Amino acid sequence: MDARRNWQDLPDAQGRFGKFGGRFVAETLMPLVLDLEREYRAAQADPAFAATMDDFWTHYVGRPSPLYFAERLTEHFGGAKIYFKRDELNHTGAHKINNCLGQVLLALRMGKTRIIAETGAGQHGVATATVCARLGLPCVVFMGATDVERQKPNVFRMKLLGAEVRPVTSGAATLKDAMNEALRDWVTNVHDTFYCIGTAAGPHPYPELVRDFQSIIGREARAQILEREGRLPDAVMACIGGGSNAIGLFHPFLDDEDVKLYGVEAAGHGIDERFEHSAAINGGRPGVLHGNRTYLLQNEDGQILEGHSISAGLDYPGVGPEHSYLADIGRAKYLAATDEEALAAFQLCAKLEGILPALEPSHALARVGDIAKEIGKDGLIIMNLCGRGDKDVFTVADALGVKL
Amino acid sequence: MSERLSTRFAALKREGRAGLVAYIMASDPDHETCFEILKGLPAAGADVIELGFPFTDPMADGPSIQKAAQRALKAGGSLGKTLDLARRFRETDKDTPLVLMGYANPVEQMTHGVFAEEMAKAGADGVILVDLPPEEDGDLRAAFAPHGLSIIRLATPTTDDKRLTKVLEGASGFLYYVSVAGVTGAKSAKTDSVSSAMQRFKRATPLPVAVGFGVREPQAAAEIARLADAVVVGSAFVDEISAGAGPEAPGRVLHKVKLLSEAVRTARATEGMRA
Repeated sequence: MDARRNWQDLPDAQGRFGKFGGRFVAETLMPLVLDLEREYRAAQADPAFAATMDDFWTHYVGRPSPLYFAERLTEHFGGAKIYFKRDELNHTGAHKINNCLGQVLLALRMGKTRIIAETGAGQHGVATATVCARLGLPCVVFMGATDVERQKPNVFRMKLLGAEVRPVTSGAATLKDAMNEALRDWVTNVHDTFYCIGTAAGPHPYPELVRDFQSIIGREARAQILEREGRLPDAVMACIGGGSNAIGLFHPFLDDEDVKLYGVEAAGHGIDERFEHSAAINGGRPGVLHGNRTYLLQNEDGQILEGHSISAGLDYPGVGPEHSYLADIGRAKYLAATDEEALAAFQLCAKLEGILPALEPSHALARVGDIAKEIGKDGLIIMNLCGRGDKDVFTVADALGVKL
Repeated sequence: MSERLSTRFAALKREGRAGLVAYIMASDPDHETCFEILKGLPAAGADVIELGFPFTDPMADGPSIQKAAQRALKAGGSLGKTLDLARRFRETDKDTPLVLMGYANPVEQMTHGVFAEEMAKAGADGVILVDLPPEEDGDLRAAFAPHGLSIIRLATPTTDDKRLTKVLEGASGFLYYVSVAGVTGAKSAKTDSVSSAMQRFKRATPLPVAVGFGVREPQAAAEIARLADAVVVGSAFVDEISAGAGPEAPGRVLHKVKLLSEAVRTARATEGMRA
């Protein structure tokens, strides 16, 4: 690895992180993504845009989120000190709103009058619907019909927030099909519509701008740990679906070469040839889907596989392209945790810390003990607790065989 | 560029008529029925064939072609099987240009080099990859060059003059004008917007222009045929398969091809009579 690489320079002008990323979209959308890139550059250079973001972050989202010392969990594992970056305390209960706010403000700046989004579990849909309600824009959320059935409370929340939820019945009727349908809508409504993508993936510049909006997590965490401990952590950890919470935490630490970066993918029922997992990096191959080249779950013919995870937010057959790059060059390590391990970690965190974590960060929790022990007693770890678990109570009850 | 494509478009020009580009999905509803349809297309009046290869996530396609892809995948369809159908077709017909159409990932998994060789061996003439814009197709262009295979580029209602220059860089075979912003098979374009787009293209490139998206009925096809070098029809044929995959399916599809082909062939002559 090049020791003095300037990480801020990626992606390159073509939207590439090494061989990953790019702009693999229908020609109809090319002028739109090029336009989005121009507008994003202008917004980056505009102090007023940053000031508006800051104001919303402070007074609407509730930032900065605390950096919390998980004392009992640290004692339990007997290794490095474990800190939680508590993005589950954000308005709407997850990190998703950091990104939605940025994108919808960008849409307003571009004069767009209609927002579309895809959602799996409904967290990104809820966050987008929330921001659209606040900023007075109509919002259409595409959601796989299977997920609409599984996530009724979130569907109702989106409707309460004034969004239209469109069940998607094409393909397998899950998150990737919702994304296909959102792209079909976008290609049809090119003039007035802004597509608010929920993770650090899609055609350039989405992986970059979503990362930038989510990097508030890492910037805060870095400053907070320096203030608290007087030094940088030995490792930072986060769960990986598309990987927006992880890249948001990782990115401000990329230049700190002594800080190890750990992503944790969803191993579902185990990473093997059954593909009943969502671990694109650990169990997939590079390919092209939804506008970017990245690691994907796919068969020999390049057909995309469904994957599985107990956590609907990780249940996606791909991953953001920057993670694919960080994995290939070895800057970040990608581990995995099964459904069962995540469930156990969920319960452990509830009992020892009095926090119900979402099933997504429960995957990171499932590996944090291993890393804490590996680093040892004098070490420091920051783990992103990127969402709260209220939404998962029914799933967890079901998995534990409890009737509510 | 591909010999067959340039020869065919030159012949259409001499005949003073537009061509019909007929799209069907490989392995839909199964390999053998698809082959029956495929080999019957030239006699039914298809001047150029677009053979789709299936993909699980066809994000630029409407319901008709999405379902066709699902039927094809269920029947064991793949890029490899599609090339096999192309090869068998070429044994029955030496002259009708055949281009493959689909999405980037199956091609990327086969690798561009192998894909180019297999295309050449099968006697296919070019490819349309919906999600591979000019910015991303450098590797494929390099792999195609030694075989004389065409990369057919797409222009759309969002393509302004500056973008058109980019689209035409390295384009060959023909220019495919996606005449509406939308997915395949949805709404159809207004003739005056197609007319002004055609004037722009003709100023910018000597390539023939095929116009598609949303063309389903003979009258609409005839209107486009008065303006463009060729008319692309897909969803209307694919829908004939979804109406029932029995032994009568090839007959139904080919009958529809014949109807549209007659409309396209006679469009300019009937315009003359009307005038």
